[in-house]
Amino acid sequence: MTSSLARPRINRLFRFQWEPAQQAHVLLYPEGMVKLNQSAGEILKRCDGSTSVAEIVADLESAFNASNLAADVDAFLIMADAQNWITWSET
Amino acid sequence: MNAPLLIPQRPGPLWLLAEVTYRCPLHCAFCYNPVDFTQAGPELSTDDWLKVIRQARELGAAQFGISGGEPLLRDDIEILVAEARQLGFYTNLITSGVGLTEARLAALKAAGLDHIQLSFQDATREANDLITNTRTFDLKRKVAAMTKAAGYPTVINCVLHRSNIDHLDRIIEMAVEIGAEYLELANTQYHGWAFLNRQSLMPTEAQLAEAEAVTERWRQRLGKTMRILFVTPDYQSKKPKKCMNGWGEVFLSVTPDGLALPCHTARMLPGLEFPDVREHDIDWIWHESPLFNRFRGTAWLPETCQSCDEKDNDHGGCRCQAFMLTGDAGATDPVCPKSPDHALIDAALAEAERPGTVKPLVFRDPKNAVKLGRAF
Ligand code: SF4
Ligand code: SF4
Repeated sequence: MTSSLARPRINRLFRFQWEPAQQAHVLLYPEGMVKLNQSAGEILKRCDGSTSVAEIVADLESAFNASNLAADVDAFLIMADAQNWITWSET
Repeated sequence: MNAPLLIPQRPGPLWLLAEVTYRCPLHCAFCYNPVDFTQAGPELSTDDWLKVIRQARELGAAQFGISGGEPLLRDDIEILVAEARQLGFYTNLITSGVGLTEARLAALKAAGLDHIQLSFQDATREANDLITNTRTFDLKRKVAAMTKAAGYPTVINCVLHRSNIDHLDRIIEMAVEIGAEYLELANTQYHGWAFLNRQSLMPTEAQLAEAEAVTERWRQRLGKTMRILFVTPDYQSKKPKKCMNGWGEVFLSVTPDGLALPCHTARMLPGLEFPDVREHDIDWIWHESPLFNRFRGTAWLPETCQSCDEKDNDHGGCRCQAFMLTGDAGATDPVCPKSPDHALIDAALAEAERPGTVKPLVFRDPKNAVKLGRAF
Protein backbone atom coordinates (compact mmCIF):
# COMPACT_ATOMS: atom_id res chain seq x y z
CA MET A 1 0.00 0.00 0.00
CA THR A 2 1.44 3.39 -0.93
CA SER A 3 0.76 6.35 1.30
CA SER A 4 -1.89 8.54 -0.28
CA LEU A 5 0.13 11.62 0.71
CA ALA A 6 3.32 10.40 -0.94
CA ARG A 7 4.31 12.13 -4.17
CA PRO A 8 5.75 9.87 -6.86
CA ARG A 9 8.04 11.12 -9.58
CA ILE A 10 9.59 9.36 -12.53
CA ASN A 11 13.06 8.09 -11.76
CA ARG A 12 15.72 10.15 -13.52
CA LEU A 13 17.03 6.94 -15.04
CA PHE A 14 13.90 6.80 -17.18
CA ARG A 15 12.43 9.08 -19.78
CA PHE A 16 8.69 9.09 -20.21
CA GLN A 17 7.34 10.17 -23.56
CA TRP A 18 4.65 9.73 -26.17
CA GLU A 19 5.80 7.58 -29.09
CA PRO A 20 3.90 8.37 -32.29
CA ALA A 21 5.05 5.14 -33.96
CA GLN A 22 3.65 3.08 -31.08
CA GLN A 23 0.65 5.28 -30.41
CA ALA A 24 1.50 4.83 -26.77
CA HIS A 25 3.40 6.31 -23.88
CA VAL A 26 6.69 4.59 -23.26
CA LEU A 27 9.42 4.60 -20.68
CA LEU A 28 12.85 4.78 -22.21
CA TYR A 29 15.88 3.81 -20.20
CA PRO A 30 19.44 2.81 -20.93
CA GLU A 31 19.13 0.36 -23.79
CA GLY A 32 15.48 -0.44 -23.35
CA MET A 33 11.88 0.62 -23.64
CA VAL A 34 8.65 -0.29 -21.93
CA LYS A 35 5.48 0.34 -23.84
CA LEU A 36 2.65 1.36 -21.56
CA ASN A 37 -1.05 0.95 -22.01
CA GLN A 38 -3.31 3.95 -21.67
CA SER A 39 -3.93 3.68 -17.93
CA ALA A 40 -0.29 3.22 -17.07
CA GLY A 41 0.53 6.19 -19.30
CA GLU A 42 -2.14 8.35 -17.66
CA ILE A 43 -0.86 7.52 -14.18
CA LEU A 44 2.80 8.11 -14.99
CA LYS A 45 1.97 11.37 -16.73
CA ARG A 46 0.83 12.63 -13.34
CA CYS A 47 3.89 11.40 -11.42
CA ASP A 48 5.63 14.78 -11.32
CA GLY A 49 6.96 14.73 -7.77
CA SER A 50 4.52 17.37 -6.56
CA THR A 51 1.19 15.61 -6.99
CA SER A 52 0.23 13.19 -4.22
CA VAL A 53 -1.18 9.73 -4.84
CA ALA A 54 -4.57 10.91 -3.56
CA GLU A 55 -4.52 13.84 -5.97
CA ILE A 56 -3.51 11.58 -8.86
CA VAL A 57 -6.45 9.30 -8.10
CA ALA A 58 -8.87 12.22 -7.86
CA ASP A 59 -7.55 13.71 -11.07
CA LEU A 60 -7.88 10.43 -12.97
CA GLU A 61 -11.38 9.84 -11.61
CA SER A 62 -12.51 13.20 -12.84
CA ALA A 63 -10.65 13.00 -16.18
CA PHE A 64 -12.10 9.58 -16.98
CA ASN A 65 -15.38 10.05 -15.22
CA ALA A 66 -14.71 6.97 -13.12
CA SER A 67 -14.68 6.07 -9.46
CA ASN A 68 -12.79 3.73 -7.15
CA LEU A 69 -9.53 3.93 -9.05
CA ALA A 70 -7.44 4.06 -5.87
CA ALA A 71 -6.76 0.31 -5.76
CA ASP A 72 -5.68 0.15 -9.43
CA VAL A 73 -3.43 3.16 -9.09
CA ASP A 74 -1.97 1.77 -5.91
CA ALA A 75 -1.24 -1.61 -7.45
CA PHE A 76 0.40 0.03 -10.45
CA LEU A 77 2.55 2.33 -8.31
CA ILE A 78 3.76 -0.58 -6.20
CA MET A 79 4.76 -2.40 -9.36
CA ALA A 80 6.35 0.75 -10.81
CA ASP A 81 8.30 1.23 -7.60
CA ALA A 82 9.53 -2.36 -7.67
CA GLN A 83 10.69 -1.76 -11.26
CA ASN A 84 12.48 1.40 -10.14
CA TRP A 85 10.43 3.51 -12.56
CA ILE A 86 9.44 5.96 -9.85
CA THR A 87 10.93 7.48 -6.76
CA TRP A 88 9.13 9.31 -3.96
CA SER A 89 9.46 12.93 -2.97
CA GLU A 90 9.72 13.70 0.72
CA THR A 91 6.34 14.54 2.15
CA MET B 1 -10.16 3.35 -17.75
CA ASN B 2 -8.81 -0.15 -18.28
CA ALA B 3 -6.61 -1.90 -15.73
CA PRO B 4 -3.08 -0.46 -15.82
CA LEU B 5 -1.12 -3.26 -17.39
CA LEU B 6 1.79 -3.39 -19.79
CA ILE B 7 1.32 -4.14 -23.43
CA PRO B 8 3.86 -6.67 -24.63
CA GLN B 9 6.39 -4.88 -26.78
CA ARG B 10 5.80 -5.03 -30.49
CA PRO B 11 8.76 -6.37 -32.44
CA GLY B 12 10.08 -3.55 -34.59
CA PRO B 13 13.14 -1.47 -35.28
CA LEU B 14 13.55 -0.24 -31.76
CA TRP B 15 17.29 0.22 -31.85
CA LEU B 16 19.71 2.06 -34.06
CA LEU B 17 23.32 1.36 -33.22
CA ALA B 18 25.81 3.62 -34.95
CA GLU B 19 29.26 2.12 -34.95
CA VAL B 20 30.83 5.37 -36.00
CA THR B 21 34.43 4.21 -36.22
CA TYR B 22 36.58 1.12 -35.94
CA ARG B 23 39.45 3.25 -34.69
CA CYS B 24 40.22 2.68 -31.03
CA PRO B 25 43.00 3.69 -28.68
CA LEU B 26 42.61 0.37 -26.86
CA HIS B 27 43.49 -3.11 -28.01
CA CYS B 28 41.13 -5.45 -26.23
CA ALA B 29 41.70 -9.06 -27.08
CA PHE B 30 38.00 -9.74 -26.47
CA CYS B 31 36.80 -7.12 -28.95
CA TYR B 32 33.90 -8.32 -31.10
CA ASN B 33 34.89 -6.11 -34.04
CA PRO B 34 35.92 -7.95 -37.18
CA VAL B 35 39.57 -8.98 -37.17
CA ASP B 36 39.98 -7.45 -40.64
CA PHE B 37 38.52 -4.08 -39.61
CA THR B 38 41.33 -2.27 -41.42
CA GLN B 39 39.80 -3.37 -44.71
CA ALA B 40 36.58 -1.46 -44.13
CA GLY B 41 35.88 1.45 -46.47
CA PRO B 42 36.03 5.13 -45.52
CA GLU B 43 33.89 6.28 -42.59
CA LEU B 44 30.47 7.79 -43.19
CA SER B 45 30.24 11.56 -43.18
CA THR B 46 28.28 13.53 -40.60
CA ASP B 47 25.52 14.10 -43.16
CA ASP B 48 25.30 10.38 -43.95
CA TRP B 49 24.81 9.66 -40.26
CA LEU B 50 22.21 12.40 -39.87
CA LYS B 51 20.23 10.89 -42.71
CA VAL B 52 20.39 7.41 -41.16
CA ILE B 53 19.26 8.81 -37.80
CA ARG B 54 16.26 10.60 -39.32
CA GLN B 55 15.18 7.61 -41.38
CA ALA B 56 15.44 5.19 -38.47
CA ARG B 57 13.42 7.51 -36.23
CA GLU B 58 10.72 7.73 -38.88
CA LEU B 59 10.47 3.95 -38.74
CA GLY B 60 9.85 4.16 -35.01
CA ALA B 61 13.30 3.47 -33.60
CA ALA B 62 13.53 4.93 -30.08
CA GLN B 63 16.97 3.92 -28.88
CA PHE B 64 20.06 5.40 -30.45
CA GLY B 65 23.46 4.04 -29.49
CA ILE B 66 26.83 5.37 -30.53
CA SER B 67 29.70 2.96 -30.25
CA GLY B 68 32.71 1.79 -32.22
CA GLY B 69 35.75 1.34 -31.84
CA GLU B 70 35.97 4.38 -29.65
CA PRO B 71 33.29 6.85 -30.78
CA LEU B 72 34.99 9.80 -29.08
CA LEU B 73 37.65 9.63 -31.78
CA ARG B 74 35.11 11.29 -34.07
CA ASP B 75 34.53 14.94 -33.41
CA ASP B 76 30.94 15.02 -34.69
CA ILE B 77 29.15 12.79 -32.21
CA GLU B 78 27.79 15.86 -30.42
CA ILE B 79 26.02 16.75 -33.68
CA LEU B 80 24.61 13.24 -34.06
CA VAL B 81 23.41 13.15 -30.46
CA ALA B 82 21.74 16.56 -30.78
CA GLU B 83 19.82 15.50 -33.87
CA ALA B 84 18.82 12.12 -32.43
CA ARG B 85 17.69 13.65 -29.14
CA GLN B 86 15.73 16.37 -30.83
CA LEU B 87 13.88 13.71 -32.84
CA GLY B 88 12.89 11.91 -29.64
CA PHE B 89 15.51 9.17 -29.47
CA TYR B 90 16.88 8.03 -26.15
CA THR B 91 20.58 8.55 -26.75
CA ASN B 92 23.28 6.21 -25.45
CA LEU B 93 27.02 6.64 -25.70
CA ILE B 94 29.06 3.49 -25.32
CA THR B 95 32.63 4.45 -24.59
CA SER B 96 35.82 3.38 -22.91
CA GLY B 97 35.97 6.90 -21.51
CA VAL B 98 39.31 7.52 -23.19
CA GLY B 99 39.07 11.00 -24.66
CA LEU B 100 36.11 12.17 -22.61
CA THR B 101 37.13 15.64 -21.45
CA GLU B 102 35.09 18.08 -19.37
CA ALA B 103 34.52 20.16 -22.48
CA ARG B 104 33.22 17.28 -24.57
CA LEU B 105 31.05 16.02 -21.77
CA ALA B 106 29.51 19.49 -21.42
CA ALA B 107 28.89 19.59 -25.18
CA LEU B 108 27.30 16.13 -25.15
CA LYS B 109 25.16 17.08 -22.20
CA ALA B 110 24.04 20.24 -23.99
CA ALA B 111 23.24 18.13 -27.05
CA GLY B 112 20.88 16.12 -24.83
CA LEU B 113 22.80 12.88 -24.35
CA ASP B 114 20.71 10.66 -22.07
CA HIS B 115 23.07 7.95 -21.04
CA ILE B 116 26.70 6.94 -20.92
CA GLN B 117 27.89 3.38 -20.63
CA LEU B 118 31.47 3.17 -19.51
CA SER B 119 33.26 0.01 -20.38
CA PHE B 120 35.99 -1.39 -18.23
CA GLN B 121 38.81 -2.64 -20.37
CA ASP B 122 41.61 -4.77 -19.34
CA ALA B 123 43.49 -7.39 -21.27
CA THR B 124 45.11 -4.49 -23.04
CA ARG B 125 48.66 -4.88 -24.12
CA GLU B 126 49.72 -2.40 -21.47
CA ALA B 127 48.20 -4.37 -18.67
CA ASN B 128 46.57 -7.74 -18.64
CA ASP B 129 44.84 -7.14 -15.47
CA LEU B 130 42.37 -4.52 -14.46
CA ILE B 131 43.45 -4.80 -10.87
CA THR B 132 47.06 -3.91 -11.48
CA ASN B 133 46.21 -1.48 -14.23
CA THR B 134 45.87 1.53 -11.95
CA ARG B 135 46.19 3.91 -14.87
CA THR B 136 43.01 2.63 -16.45
CA PHE B 137 41.27 2.50 -13.15
CA ASP B 138 42.20 6.06 -12.29
CA LEU B 139 40.90 7.16 -15.64
CA LYS B 140 37.59 5.34 -15.08
CA ARG B 141 37.30 6.87 -11.65
CA LYS B 142 37.88 10.32 -13.07
CA VAL B 143 35.47 9.85 -15.95
CA ALA B 144 32.82 8.32 -13.68
CA ALA B 145 33.10 11.23 -11.26
CA MET B 146 32.81 13.66 -14.15
CA THR B 147 29.73 12.02 -15.64
CA LYS B 148 28.13 11.72 -12.22
CA ALA B 149 28.72 15.42 -11.58
CA ALA B 150 27.02 16.07 -14.91
CA GLY B 151 23.95 14.22 -13.61
CA TYR B 152 24.40 10.91 -15.41
CA PRO B 153 23.81 7.62 -13.70
CA THR B 154 26.95 5.54 -13.73
CA VAL B 155 26.55 2.46 -15.85
CA ILE B 156 29.53 0.20 -16.19
CA ASN B 157 30.08 -2.70 -18.46
CA CYS B 158 32.84 -5.16 -17.79
CA VAL B 159 33.69 -8.05 -20.06
CA LEU B 160 34.65 -11.15 -18.09
CA HIS B 161 37.13 -13.72 -19.24
CA ARG B 162 39.60 -16.26 -17.98
CA SER B 163 42.19 -13.80 -16.71
CA ASN B 164 39.97 -11.30 -14.93
CA ILE B 165 37.04 -13.39 -13.75
CA ASP B 166 38.84 -14.46 -10.58
CA HIS B 167 39.01 -10.79 -9.57
CA LEU B 168 35.30 -10.27 -9.84
CA ASP B 169 34.95 -9.50 -6.16
CA ARG B 170 37.41 -6.63 -6.55
CA ILE B 171 35.80 -5.50 -9.81
CA ILE B 172 32.40 -5.22 -8.14
CA GLU B 173 33.95 -3.48 -5.17
CA MET B 174 35.49 -0.93 -7.51
CA ALA B 175 32.15 -0.38 -9.19
CA VAL B 176 30.67 0.31 -5.75
CA GLU B 177 33.49 2.73 -4.93
CA ILE B 178 32.88 4.55 -8.18
CA GLY B 179 29.22 4.80 -7.22
CA ALA B 180 27.81 2.82 -10.14
CA GLU B 181 24.06 2.37 -10.40
CA TYR B 182 24.28 -0.46 -12.93
CA LEU B 183 27.01 -2.98 -13.49
CA GLU B 184 26.80 -5.26 -16.45
CA LEU B 185 29.06 -8.28 -16.22
CA ALA B 186 29.21 -9.66 -19.70
CA ASN B 187 30.96 -12.93 -20.23
CA THR B 188 32.94 -12.78 -23.43
CA GLN B 189 30.95 -13.59 -26.53
CA TYR B 190 33.26 -15.22 -29.00
CA HIS B 191 33.04 -13.05 -32.08
CA GLY B 192 35.76 -11.29 -34.07
CA TRP B 193 38.90 -10.90 -32.00
CA ALA B 194 37.36 -12.77 -29.10
CA PHE B 195 36.84 -15.82 -31.31
CA LEU B 196 40.44 -15.63 -32.39
CA ASN B 197 41.43 -15.59 -28.71
CA ARG B 198 38.78 -17.99 -27.53
CA GLN B 199 41.09 -20.52 -26.00
CA SER B 200 42.87 -17.89 -23.92
CA LEU B 201 39.67 -16.14 -22.85
CA MET B 202 37.41 -19.03 -21.93
CA PRO B 203 37.06 -19.50 -18.17
CA THR B 204 36.81 -22.89 -16.51
CA GLU B 205 33.53 -24.16 -15.15
CA ALA B 206 34.80 -23.65 -11.60
CA GLN B 207 35.76 -20.04 -12.34
CA LEU B 208 32.30 -19.35 -13.69
CA ALA B 209 30.51 -20.99 -10.78
CA GLU B 210 32.58 -18.92 -8.37
CA ALA B 211 31.84 -15.73 -10.34
CA GLU B 212 28.12 -16.38 -10.15
CA ALA B 213 28.36 -17.00 -6.42
CA VAL B 214 30.32 -13.78 -5.92
CA THR B 215 27.76 -11.84 -7.96
CA GLU B 216 24.93 -13.29 -5.92
CA ARG B 217 26.60 -12.33 -2.63
CA TRP B 218 27.02 -8.73 -3.82
CA ARG B 219 23.44 -8.62 -5.07
CA GLN B 220 22.19 -9.57 -1.64
CA ARG B 221 24.34 -6.90 -0.05
CA LEU B 222 23.62 -4.08 -2.47
CA GLY B 223 19.92 -4.53 -3.14
CA LYS B 224 18.58 -1.68 -5.25
CA THR B 225 21.57 0.65 -4.82
CA MET B 226 23.47 -1.06 -7.60
CA ARG B 227 21.91 -3.47 -10.05
CA ILE B 228 24.16 -6.21 -11.34
CA LEU B 229 23.38 -7.91 -14.57
CA PHE B 230 25.30 -11.13 -15.15
CA VAL B 231 25.20 -12.19 -18.78
CA THR B 232 25.77 -15.92 -18.90
CA PRO B 233 28.16 -17.23 -21.52
CA ASP B 234 26.52 -19.12 -24.38
CA TYR B 235 28.97 -21.97 -24.38
CA GLN B 236 28.51 -22.89 -20.76
CA SER B 237 24.81 -22.12 -20.46
CA LYS B 238 24.09 -24.45 -23.40
CA LYS B 239 21.15 -22.22 -24.15
CA PRO B 240 21.07 -20.68 -27.59
CA LYS B 241 20.11 -17.01 -27.52
CA LYS B 242 17.93 -15.29 -30.01
CA CYS B 243 20.20 -13.24 -32.29
CA MET B 244 19.79 -9.65 -31.05
CA ASN B 245 16.26 -10.50 -29.95
CA GLY B 246 15.47 -11.84 -33.37
CA TRP B 247 17.10 -11.14 -36.72
CA GLY B 248 15.45 -8.05 -38.19
CA GLU B 249 13.04 -7.67 -35.28
CA VAL B 250 14.38 -4.90 -33.03
CA PHE B 251 17.95 -4.12 -33.89
CA LEU B 252 19.63 -2.20 -36.67
CA SER B 253 23.35 -1.66 -36.65
CA VAL B 254 25.31 0.48 -39.09
CA THR B 255 29.04 -0.03 -39.57
CA PRO B 256 31.56 2.83 -39.79
CA ASP B 257 31.62 2.44 -43.57
CA GLY B 258 27.85 2.42 -43.95
CA LEU B 259 26.69 -1.18 -44.08
CA ALA B 260 23.37 -1.93 -42.40
CA LEU B 261 23.37 -5.09 -40.31
CA PRO B 262 20.73 -6.89 -38.21
CA CYS B 263 23.43 -7.56 -35.62
CA HIS B 264 26.74 -5.86 -35.00
CA THR B 265 28.75 -8.96 -35.86
CA ALA B 266 26.84 -10.12 -38.95
CA ARG B 267 29.41 -8.60 -41.27
CA MET B 268 31.44 -11.79 -41.11
CA LEU B 269 28.69 -13.88 -42.72
CA PRO B 270 29.56 -14.97 -46.25
CA GLY B 271 27.33 -14.91 -49.31
CA LEU B 272 25.14 -12.07 -48.07
CA GLU B 273 24.87 -8.65 -49.55
CA PHE B 274 25.01 -5.93 -46.93
CA PRO B 275 22.95 -2.92 -47.93
CA ASP B 276 24.80 0.39 -47.97
CA VAL B 277 22.94 3.22 -46.23
CA ARG B 278 24.16 5.65 -48.87
CA GLU B 279 22.44 3.66 -51.59
CA HIS B 280 19.25 2.54 -49.88
CA ASP B 281 16.94 4.10 -47.34
CA ILE B 282 16.42 2.47 -43.97
CA ASP B 283 12.79 1.67 -44.73
CA TRP B 284 13.81 -0.50 -47.68
CA ILE B 285 16.72 -1.99 -45.79
CA TRP B 286 14.57 -2.95 -42.83
CA HIS B 287 11.52 -4.25 -44.64
CA GLU B 288 12.65 -5.33 -48.09
CA SER B 289 16.35 -6.09 -48.21
CA PRO B 290 17.26 -9.74 -48.69
CA LEU B 291 19.72 -9.44 -45.80
CA PHE B 292 17.14 -8.44 -43.18
CA ASN B 293 14.74 -11.09 -44.42
CA ARG B 294 17.32 -13.85 -44.68
CA PHE B 295 16.99 -15.12 -41.09
CA ARG B 296 13.81 -13.34 -40.05
CA GLY B 297 11.23 -15.40 -38.19
CA THR B 298 11.53 -19.18 -38.08
CA ALA B 299 10.57 -20.43 -41.55
CA TRP B 300 14.22 -20.74 -42.64
CA LEU B 301 15.25 -22.86 -39.63
CA PRO B 302 16.91 -26.23 -40.19
CA GLU B 303 15.09 -29.45 -39.40
CA THR B 304 16.67 -29.80 -35.93
CA CYS B 305 14.96 -26.59 -34.88
CA GLN B 306 11.74 -26.92 -36.90
CA SER B 307 10.67 -29.86 -34.77
CA CYS B 308 11.63 -28.17 -31.49
CA ASP B 309 9.37 -26.34 -29.02
CA GLU B 310 11.99 -23.72 -28.34
CA LYS B 311 12.17 -22.33 -31.85
CA ASP B 312 9.91 -19.33 -31.20
CA ASN B 313 12.00 -18.37 -28.19
CA ASP B 314 15.49 -18.66 -29.62
CA HIS B 315 15.10 -18.77 -33.43
CA GLY B 316 17.85 -21.37 -33.50
CA GLY B 317 20.41 -19.12 -31.77
CA CYS B 318 23.20 -16.95 -33.10
CA ARG B 319 23.90 -16.96 -36.85
CA CYS B 320 27.47 -15.79 -36.50
CA GLN B 321 28.24 -18.46 -33.95
CA ALA B 322 26.72 -21.10 -36.21
CA PHE B 323 28.84 -19.89 -39.10
CA MET B 324 32.11 -19.51 -37.21
CA LEU B 325 31.84 -22.98 -35.75
CA THR B 326 30.25 -24.99 -38.54
CA GLY B 327 30.82 -22.95 -41.70
CA ASP B 328 27.05 -22.77 -42.26
CA ALA B 329 25.27 -19.59 -41.17
CA GLY B 330 21.92 -21.38 -41.45
CA ALA B 331 22.79 -24.19 -39.04
CA THR B 332 21.41 -24.70 -35.55
CA ASP B 333 23.62 -22.76 -33.13
CA PRO B 334 26.11 -25.39 -31.88
CA VAL B 335 25.72 -24.23 -28.27
CA CYS B 336 22.37 -26.03 -28.35
CA PRO B 337 22.74 -29.60 -27.05
CA LYS B 338 20.43 -30.75 -29.86
CA SER B 339 22.74 -29.38 -32.55
CA PRO B 340 24.49 -32.07 -34.58
CA ASP B 341 27.63 -29.96 -34.09
CA HIS B 342 27.38 -29.62 -30.33
CA ALA B 343 30.53 -31.72 -29.87
CA LEU B 344 32.47 -28.62 -31.00
CA ILE B 345 31.28 -26.79 -27.90
CA ASP B 346 32.08 -29.68 -25.59
CA ALA B 347 35.57 -29.82 -27.10
CA ALA B 348 36.10 -26.09 -26.51
CA LEU B 349 34.88 -26.42 -22.92
CA ALA B 350 37.09 -29.45 -22.30
CA GLU B 351 40.03 -27.48 -23.64
CA ALA B 352 39.34 -24.74 -21.11
CA GLU B 353 39.62 -27.30 -18.31
CA ARG B 354 43.02 -28.60 -19.43
CA PRO B 355 45.78 -26.72 -17.65
CA GLY B 356 48.76 -25.30 -19.47
CA THR B 357 47.21 -25.04 -22.91
CA VAL B 358 46.54 -21.32 -22.92
CA LYS B 359 48.01 -19.44 -25.87
CA PRO B 360 49.14 -15.81 -25.64
CA LEU B 361 46.47 -13.24 -26.47
CA VAL B 362 46.39 -11.59 -29.87
CA PHE B 363 45.57 -7.93 -29.32
CA ARG B 364 43.24 -5.96 -31.52
CA ASP B 365 45.36 -3.53 -33.45
CA PRO B 366 45.75 -2.55 -37.09
CA LYS B 367 49.07 -4.36 -37.46
CA ASN B 368 47.68 -7.68 -36.28
CA ALA B 369 44.60 -7.10 -38.42
CA VAL B 370 46.65 -6.76 -41.58
CA LYS B 371 48.89 -9.66 -40.64
CA LEU B 372 45.97 -11.98 -39.96
CA GLY B 373 43.83 -10.90 -42.92
CA ARG B 374 40.71 -12.77 -41.81
CA ALA B 375 37.28 -11.91 -40.45
CA PHE B 376 37.48 -13.84 -37.16
S1 SF4 C 1 36.36 -3.84 -27.18
FE1 SF4 C 1 38.22 -2.67 -26.72
S2 SF4 C 1 39.36 -2.63 -28.64
FE2 SF4 C 1 37.25 -3.25 -29.16
S3 SF4 C 1 36.25 -1.33 -29.67
FE3 SF4 C 1 35.87 -1.70 -27.50
S4 SF4 C 1 37.49 -0.60 -26.42
FE4 SF4 C 1 38.14 -0.78 -28.56
S1 SF4 D 1 17.03 -27.25 -31.53
FE1 SF4 D 1 16.98 -25.18 -32.37
S2 SF4 D 1 15.05 -24.32 -31.60
FE2 SF4 D 1 15.50 -26.12 -30.34
S3 SF4 D 1 16.59 -25.33 -28.56
FE3 SF4 D 1 18.13 -25.94 -30.07
S4 SF4 D 1 18.55 -24.07 -31.24
FE4 SF4 D 1 16.63 -23.72 -30.13
